[in-house]
Amino acid sequence: MNALVPLPVLLPLCVTGLELALGPRLRRFKRLVSLAVLGAVCALSVTLMIAADRHGPLHVDLGDFAPPLGVTLVADRLAGLMLTVSSAITLLVHLYSLGQGMADRDERTPVGVFHPAYLILVAGVSCTFLAGDLVNLYVGFEIMLVASYVLLTIGGTATRVRAGSTYVIVSLFSSTLFLVAIAMTYAVAGTVNFAQLAGRLQEIPLGVRTLLEAMLLTVFAIKAAVFPLAAWLPDSYPTAPAPVTAVFAGLLTKVGVYAMLRTQTLLFPGHRLGDLLMLAALASMAVGILGAVAQTDLKRVLTFTLISHIGYMVFGIGLAGRAALGAAIVYVAHHITVQTTLFLVAGLIERRDGTTELTRLGGLARSAPLLAVLFFVPAMNLAGIPPLSGFIGKLGLMRAGVDHGGAWAWTLVAGSAATSLLTLYVMAKVWNLAFWRQAPPGTEEEGVVLESEEDDDGDDGDDGDTESGGTGSRRPAPAGAVVTAGLLGRSITTTRHPPWPMVTATCAAVALGLLYTVLGGPLTTFTDHAAAELIARTPYIEAVLGR
Amino acid sequence: MTVSLALLVTAAVLSAVGGVLLLTRSLTRVLLGAVVLGNGVNLLVLTSTGSAGEAPLLYPHVVRNRVTDPLPQAIALTAIVISLATTAFLLSLAYRSHQVTGSDEISDDAEDRLVALRAEVLHRRGELRARYRRARAERGTTQEQRARYRAARRRLRDRLREERAYQARANDVSGNLWNDILGADPEDYRAGREQGTTDPAGRPGPAPAHDAGPSNDPGESGREPEDGTDGTPDRSPGRPGQPDDPEGPGTEGTR
Repeated sequence: MNALVPLPVLLPLCVTGLELALGPRLRRFKRLVSLAVLGAVCALSVTLMIAADRHGPLHVDLGDFAPPLGVTLVADRLAGLMLTVSSAITLLVHLYSLGQGMADRDERTPVGVFHPAYLILVAGVSCTFLAGDLVNLYVGFEIMLVASYVLLTIGGTATRVRAGSTYVIVSLFSSTLFLVAIAMTYAVAGTVNFAQLAGRLQEIPLGVRTLLEAMLLTVFAIKAAVFPLAAWLPDSYPTAPAPVTAVFAGLLTKVGVYAMLRTQTLLFPGHRLGDLLMLAALASMAVGILGAVAQTDLKRVLTFTLISHIGYMVFGIGLAGRAALGAAIVYVAHHITVQTTLFLVAGLIERRDGTTELTRLGGLARSAPLLAVLFFVPAMNLAGIPPLSGFIGKLGLMRAGVDHGGAWAWTLVAGSAATSLLTLYVMAKVWNLAFWRQAPPGTEEEGVVLESEEDDDGDDGDDGDTESGGTGSRRPAPAGAVVTAGLLGRSITTTRHPPWPMVTATCAAVALGLLYTVLGGPLTTFTDHAAAELIARTPYIEAVLGR
Repeated sequence: MTVSLALLVTAAVLSAVGGVLLLTRSLTRVLLGAVVLGNGVNLLVLTSTGSAGEAPLLYPHVVRNRVTDPLPQAIALTAIVISLATTAFLLSLAYRSHQVTGSDEISDDAEDRLVALRAEVLHRRGELRARYRRARAERGTTQEQRARYRAARRRLRDRLREERAYQARANDVSGNLWNDILGADPEDYRAGREQGTTDPAGRPGPAPAHDAGPSNDPGESGREPEDGTDGTPDRSPGRPGQPDDPEGPGTEGTR
C-alpha cells in the first residue's frame, strides 16, 4: 500500500511527458488519456484516504534514503482527504475545460499547452499535499506555481500579461521567503524533515522558533491570500479562462491553508501566534466580504468572497483545538468544492451572455432555469444555509470558538456570523441582478463570436481552427467589456446551450457539494479523527521515523 | 558551526538589491531583481551548512571534517533550477508585454482605479447636482449658471475619459524610478505622462510605440470601461450627450 503514495504525483507527470512527446498528433487520444489519468489519481486518492484511515499514516522514503537526506512522502488522514477533494475537483474542471475548448473551436492550444500545464499543476498540488519535508513542500509549491503561471497567462493578451505579472512577482517573492525560512530552519535544526523537525524544534530557543513560525506563516499566508497579503488575488484571478480561475480559486489558496495546518500543528504546537492568526482571520473576513459587496462583476465578487472565506479556515487554525481543526478541515473541503463550482457557473454565464458584469445580466432565472439552480445551490452553500455543508463547517467553527471562550474567540464568532450574513447579502444581490430581474435590453443573441478588442499582434495568425466553420456573426465585444472568457482570452462564442461537458461537470460539482451534506456524519467523524491525529503528532512521527 | 561573514554580507547585499528591483514597475528590472534576489538567497542557503553526518557514500577512511554537508547544496541546486525556469518565464512575459502594450511596465489594476474614480466622480456629481437643483428651486437659474453647471459636469466627464485614455495606453508610470518604488502621487503620474507617450491629440488609443500591428481602433468608447450608471453598452460616438447624463458618451468632438 505504501508504494501507492508517490503515484498521484508521478502519474500526471508521466502523462504530461507522453503528451508533450506526441506533439500535435492524436488529439482525441490525448484528451482521453488526460481524463483517464485524472480519474486514476482520483481513485488512488480515495484509496490512500481509506488506507490512511484504517492503518494510520502511509509513508515512502524515495530512493530508500532515510529521512534527513532523502525525500519523504507521507499520506495521513488530512493529506488523504485533501487529495481526494482536490483530485475530484481537478477531474471535473478538466471535463469542463474540454467542453470549453470544443465550444471555442480552439483545440490546438488546449491540447498543446493547456493540458500539459494543467496536469503539471495537478502533480504539484498532489506533491504539496504529500510532502513530508519542507524542501519537498517548496518543490511542490514551485511545480504548482510554474504551471499556474502558464495557465494564468495562456493566450498572452495584454490583460492577462498584466495580471500574470503581478501574480508571478508576488509568488516569486513568497517562494524566496520560503527558501530563506528553509535555510534558517536547516541551520537551526539540521534537518528539514517534518517528523524530525517536530522533535528538534522543541529544543531550540523560543525566540528563534517563533521567528521561524512567523516566516512560514507569512509565506503560506501569501499563498492562501490572508488579508494583509491578499491584494494580489482579485487583481490576477478574474482575467484567466473560467476553468483556470475555478481551479485556482478552489485549490491553490487551499494549498496554502493546508501548509499552514500542517506546519502549525506538527512543527509549532502550542500556537504562540494563535491570536495573530485570529486577527488576520477577522481582517480577511471583513475586508474580503466588504470588497465583494462593492463589486459589480460576478468573477470579482467571487474572488473577494474567496478572500473572506479563507478567514474561516485561518480562524480554525488560530483556535487550534481538536474541534476547531476538525471544523477547519471540513471547511477547507467544502470551500474547495463550492468556490470552484461558483466559478464554473460564472463561466457558464459568460458562455451564455458573453459577460459576467452584473449590470448587463438579467432574467436568467426565466431564460436559463438550469443555470439558476446550478448557481443557487452553491451560493446558498457558500452563505451557510442549513442543511448545506457550509453550515456544518461554520457551525463547527463557531462552536469551537464558543467552547474556547477567549475574548478573541468571541470576537471571531461574531465576525464570522456577520460575514455569513454579508455573504448571503452578496449572493442575494447577484441573484437579484443576474437571475431575478428582467433582462436589460441589448443582451446578446445566440451564436455571436465576441472578440476582444485587444490587438492581436499577428505572430500566431494561423488560427485556422478558430476561424473555420464559425456559424455566428463575428463582432467586437460591447464597449467596456474585456473579453477574458475563451481559453486564449481573445474571443468567445456565446450560445444558449453550453456544450454538454461543461454542464455535466458543473452539475457534478454541485452534486459533490451536496454529497458533503449527505455524508455529513462520516465526514465530520473523519475530520475529527484527522484533527486528533494532527494534534497527537505521534502517529505521523512514528510512521515516518519508524519507531 | 561557524558561518563565513563574507557570505552572509554578500547574501544580504544581493537580497537588498534584488528586493528593491522587485519593487519597480519595469518587468525587465523585476527580472533582474528576481535573479539577484535568488542568488542572494541561495548563498544564504549555503551558509546554513552544518558538519557532515554519516552519509551513505562516505568511505571509512574519509575525514569527516573535510567533507561538506550535501543537503544545503542539493537545496540550493533545486532553487537554482527553479529560479532558472521562473526567470525564463518572466523574460518571456516581459517580451510579450512589450509586444502587446509597447512597454514592459506593469500598469495599475484597471478595476482598482476605476472603483476609486467612480466613487469620486459619482460623489462630486451628486454634490453638484444637488447644489444646482437647490439653487434652481430657490430662485431659478440664469443662463450663466446653467452654463457653469454644464461646464462643471463636463470637467468631471473629462476626468473620467482622461482616466480611460490613460488606462488604454497602459502607461501610468511616472518615469521616475523612486516614485515607482515608493508609490507616486497622481501628480507624479501626470508629469510622467507628459514626458511619456501621448499621441498628439491626447486621445485615448494605443501608445505610439505600439505600431507593430494594425490597430483595430473600435472608437474611443470601445475602450471605455463600464460606468456602472448606464447599463446598456453604447457604441455611438456621434450621439450628443444628454443634459442629465453627465457621463453620457458622445463628446469626442468637444476636445
